Amino acid sequence: MTMDTPATGNTRVSKASQGNLIASAGHVNDFELTDEERHEIEHEMGHYENPRAASIGALKIVQKQRGWVSDGAVIAISDVLGIPSSDVEGVATFYSLIFRQPVGRHVILVCDSSSCFLTGHDELRDALSNELGIGLGQTTGDDRFTMLPVCCLGACDRGPALMINEDLHGPVDPGDVSALLERYT
Amino acid sequence: MTSHLFSTSTNGETHPLTYRLREDRGYVDLAEFQQKDGYEALRTTLRDLSPDDLIENMKTANLRGRGGGGFSAGTKWSLTARGEDHPRGYIVCNADEMEPGTFKDRMLMEEIPHLLIEGMILAGYANNARMGYIFLRGEYVLAAERIERALAEAREAGILGPKVCDSDFDFDIFLHTGAGRYICGEETALINSLEGRRANPRSKPPFPGQSGAWGKPTVVNNVETLCNVPAIALHGGEWYQNLSGGRSEDGGTKIFGVSGRVKRPGLVELPMGVSGAELLDMAGGMRDGLELKTWLPGGGSTGFLLPEHLELPLEFDAIGKAGSRLGTGLMTVVAHNQSVVSLTRNLEEFFARESCGWCTPCRDGLPWSVKLLRAIERGEGEEGDIDMLVALAHDIGPGKTFCAHAPGAAMPLETAIEHFRHEFEAGIRHAQHKAHAEPIPVGSV
Repeated sequence: MTMDTPATGNTRVSKASQGNLIASAGHVNDFELTDEERHEIEHEMGHYENPRAASIGALKIVQKQRGWVSDGAVIAISDVLGIPSSDVEGVATFYSLIFRQPVGRHVILVCDSSSCFLTGHDELRDALSNELGIGLGQTTGDDRFTMLPVCCLGACDRGPALMINEDLHGPVDPGDVSALLERYT
Repeated sequence: MTSHLFSTSTNGETHPLTYRLREDRGYVDLAEFQQKDGYEALRTTLRDLSPDDLIENMKTANLRGRGGGGFSAGTKWSLTARGEDHPRGYIVCNADEMEPGTFKDRMLMEEIPHLLIEGMILAGYANNARMGYIFLRGEYVLAAERIERALAEAREAGILGPKVCDSDFDFDIFLHTGAGRYICGEETALINSLEGRRANPRSKPPFPGQSGAWGKPTVVNNVETLCNVPAIALHGGEWYQNLSGGRSEDGGTKIFGVSGRVKRPGLVELPMGVSGAELLDMAGGMRDGLELKTWLPGGGSTGFLLPEHLELPLEFDAIGKAGSRLGTGLMTVVAHNQSVVSLTRNLEEFFARESCGWCTPCRDGLPWSVKLLRAIERGEGEEGDIDMLVALAHDIGPGKTFCAHAPGAAMPLETAIEHFRHEFEAGIRHAQHKAHAEPIPVGSV
């Protein structure tokens, strides 16, 4: 498995993950961390008393380039950290910003906490849904966008707010959604 | 994008948290921070004060935890296991700002991370810690960049690392970014998360001050709490306590703020004990045509208050006596035409989603409350639903669960029914006032 971008690699990554279900039953795991990923994870481990502490960081490192975390990646990370893959899986499925299935090239996090709720979250979410043809938790057919709810983004003075990838936007007028999304191709 | 500040001051003796902020609201780098007396408190403390002196100052200051708990930071520090019989532990900065309606720590970390670093080193000195971690929520991307930059500057200048500022004290800080989940803000869940585990809270005792991260004494403090430490170390606990002079027993200033349907949402540093009315005025009041219906004084886990409570001093005890909590001190303002039932449903959905699932009252009780609230919102509530919500709120309240998550969810639910029972009754099927059965959508103005 090489470093595919999520834009073109989703189908192949999915096949790889099917292979890893077999791998966990005794076959070869065909997922490999890149040297850079391995190096970054090992660097992260050095910051803590115990390598386990780097598990969340390691999942984020893998996700950074690949967009999501496949079964094979979970196993590979557990090998580097020296902990059971079930522990890594437990962590990966607990945290909302770790994706265990493929996501679009751009992830939209829509803040649905109280201040944004009071300043127009529902209208903004509906405008996004209409524009993209998907609901929360779904990915567009062209793998361009995934839309997810998120806890208070700490941008309550700019509600309704959302994040696209690492960019914070707010207040977002539902009427401006189309123009905003065009910036993410 | 920076948050609007209602007023600013360059006076360090009245605005210890914000006086160094730049007019253009950009990053205060090490050179500028030191030009404005930054790290002066650290240098004087390492030279002139013992760890016990600093803890005494903190206790006198009566600095109460700014993450929402309100526990005396000095008392917390005085309970840390220190001395030759104990290993050196950790200072963990809780920078997992996710309380609905709260956006204060973001500003401090984006604009003046050196203040936090100075506070953490002082906390490390007082508590005999060897290392600090800043547990930052993953979505705070700009804060992460700025903190990394400040840490590098501080290391380069010998402020972090071996022999801090040429003293015998060594201390370093690492930035740890999270991957979501509100529960990470609970201090023992945060420690589990820092250790690379699921963020389930831990049983207390032992308290983290005795046995925290990797079994070592660990002090977990909020960003704003730690940012107050340098001024207390420099000017003394009594000075800090007097900052709120006459208005409150709680010491010092605080970053207050307003969001919701007001003209100009934003933040401001003011003494503890300022009134909600003053804050609302600073935010320009309600948007045109709107009147205040209710407000949350400090985040989603605080209780609803009424317009008549605006005159109360914003301090832990007075707001507590009114049936709510000061929490993070950032007001969320609700307009007259917005449905309290809908907002309560939104809050309970948040708490239900964010429950870690560890204990039953929280994991099962919160989704149940959402189900009932959704029915009432649609005008399809059944007789007895409101009583069931009240009973649920009681059964997930303080002392019934492992941590404060569910009690935090109970408070807005209980107070919403207490103050606005008629809105809930209007959502019960066959209610006498069927005409009001349609709740007003919360987003409409």
